[in-house]
Amino acid sequence: MSAPPEGAVPNTYRAGPDERGRFGIYGGRFVAETLMPLILEVEKAYAAAQDDPAFQAEMDRYLAHYVGRPSPLYQAARLTEHLGGAKIYFKRDELNHTGSHKVNNCIGQILLARRMGKTRIIAETGAGQHGVAVATVCALFDLPCVVYMGAVDVERQKPNVFRMKLLGAEVRPVTSGSRTLKDAMNEALRDWVANVDDTYYLIGTVAGPHPYPTMVRNFQSIIGIEVRQQMQEAEGRLPDSLVACIGGGSNAMGLFHPFLDEPTVAIHAVEAAGCGLETGKHAASLTGGSPGVLHGNRTYLLQNDDGQILDAHSISAGLDYPGIGPEHSWLRDMGRVNYVSATDAEALAGFSLCSRLEGIIPALEPAHALAHVVRLAPTLPKDHLLVMNMCGRGDKDIFTVADALEVPM
Amino acid sequence: MSETAAATPLPNPAPVTDRIARRFADLRAQGRAGLVTFITAGDPDPETAAALLAALPAAGADVIELGMPFSDPMADGPAIQASSQRALAAGMTVPKTLAMVRAFRTRDPDTPIILMGYFNPIYRYGTDRFIADALAAGVDGVIVVDLPPEEDEELCGPALEAGLHFVRLATPTTDDRRLPKVLEHSSGFLYYVAIAGITGTRSADAGVVAEAVARLRRSTELPIAVGFGIKTPEQAAAIARFADAAVVGSSIVDRIARWTQSPAGGPGGLVESIAAFVRQLADGVHGARRG
Repeated sequence: MSAPPEGAVPNTYRAGPDERGRFGIYGGRFVAETLMPLILEVEKAYAAAQDDPAFQAEMDRYLAHYVGRPSPLYQAARLTEHLGGAKIYFKRDELNHTGSHKVNNCIGQILLARRMGKTRIIAETGAGQHGVAVATVCALFDLPCVVYMGAVDVERQKPNVFRMKLLGAEVRPVTSGSRTLKDAMNEALRDWVANVDDTYYLIGTVAGPHPYPTMVRNFQSIIGIEVRQQMQEAEGRLPDSLVACIGGGSNAMGLFHPFLDEPTVAIHAVEAAGCGLETGKHAASLTGGSPGVLHGNRTYLLQNDDGQILDAHSISAGLDYPGIGPEHSWLRDMGRVNYVSATDAEALAGFSLCSRLEGIIPALEPAHALAHVVRLAPTLPKDHLLVMNMCGRGDKDIFTVADALEVPM
Repeated sequence: MSETAAATPLPNPAPVTDRIARRFADLRAQGRAGLVTFITAGDPDPETAAALLAALPAAGADVIELGMPFSDPMADGPAIQASSQRALAAGMTVPKTLAMVRAFRTRDPDTPIILMGYFNPIYRYGTDRFIADALAAGVDGVIVVDLPPEEDEELCGPALEAGLHFVRLATPTTDDRRLPKVLEHSSGFLYYVAIAGITGTRSADAGVVAEAVARLRRSTELPIAVGFGIKTPEQAAAIARFADAAVVGSSIVDRIARWTQSPAGGPGGLVESIAAFVRQLADGVHGARRG
């Protein structure tokens, strides 16, 4: 797949990546030679697993009986009434075992790691949702697990750090750089390069070298596949709009991908604007960044004129990353997805609103998506079907929110 | 941006600037191995780094690897990470790195300089502009850690075409099946990474590395330099017995780190102490094949 000329509409938005792992100019395999044979091995093993019905069957079994899929598609009646416009549905991926969408991908990759004969698992985590999901599947399959987590995130996501330890994982705080998700990913890559023989790197988002962006997207696509079917059952048709938050972009790709070729479905992705795009303290790579190469792929990055990566900022540790999955970068350039942003303050307002109106305490990550739903829904007619991915629950965030709202705990 | 099709054939790795070829030919004629030293451009600050660079050839460095600092050096250990951070904090940039080489070249027309770093600062600067400016400054080659053969069209192809060496890394994970792909567009010399790991951490057993180098020699005529985990004159000498050059980096920049903690003797003191260490390394490397 080569990038069509500007303004041209491709026949399909779902054909990527090409054989080199590119979505247009984005993606690729920008890794050290030491890792290259391993990346190729993962690609080969994943291709073989995709062709093996036994792999799919085993994954389906765990997704149904361990994760609890399908997650419900729930009509948020009070929020719909409050906003007075579009009919709002939540895809309830916060109800999954471990409390977020992250586990969908972890089930797939841990089964792959086992097929490859790997005996040690490493991962990076931001908010700790991916770390908890990795620690969970490692406990399930009795594999030793090391999770790299920025020291700043260790501090602001203490409940998840404790959960990972309870599950038997070793959490290694990362004190280099900005001490957040990007540095955790650097450190995980350093570990991998030194432990190539026995170790599998279980990446948590649709970023990194090929085949990770594609593989993670495919494992998360269960979200969108279920929404299609559930909306058909509920309303007899396709949804009109989809909304999801994006840090690396895995919950969004999972929801969006099955709908990319449906021209009637409007798609909105919400980046973290932190203190505001104009302040420079944000994590909005697509709205405030430029193309560059980091962590194995070409994608939009927050960087300075010299190509040095800038620190991201968001109240949500899960969105606090200066890059984004390469497929999102391509979809942005193609104009297929509408990329917008929401500030910390807007996310906090969405967090509170949803908690009180729906009795659902959202994670701070989907609270960004909620912030955009609050803006969007009132502008749409009442028969407009809007689906928002509630990709994580907010229990882990209550201390951060209390702090932001200056409520003593 | 060079976004051409994958199938575009790359030019043969010649002709290129020949300081590297001359230097390795001289070493071969003298029957000894070379010492490759690494420092980061701008560490501990641009002026002192320029003085360090200028002092390296006289202290015994045969080839210089000059690190281009990057905020996220994924293949580097704590020593070179910290070195990059010091350089960036001191305001180092790609244009300043090129200017540093240009100034060095006015006084040293012979010592090969290889820029070593990560792709993003080059990509951001503009790949074609970078190649042209690097050649004009007197750079002989580049090592870009995160550009494996699979991404050759990004920089390797245009660099070779323009006459800038593209020095490739071979590693313990580069097996026989993959080796031809790694060697195909290598030029200047081949850099063998002695351990599967990051810079400045473990040290490999010299016997194991010797076997690996012997395997590489069966497939390439290029000189072979060995690096990663070589910290002492003794370790460098052990490698120099069979490799064409030994690369030392982390243990040099570690000395810069210690100096920044207590800057004994000012910048002049640092240059003197680094030169003294490089002399020890050079003595080890240059004498390795005697007796």
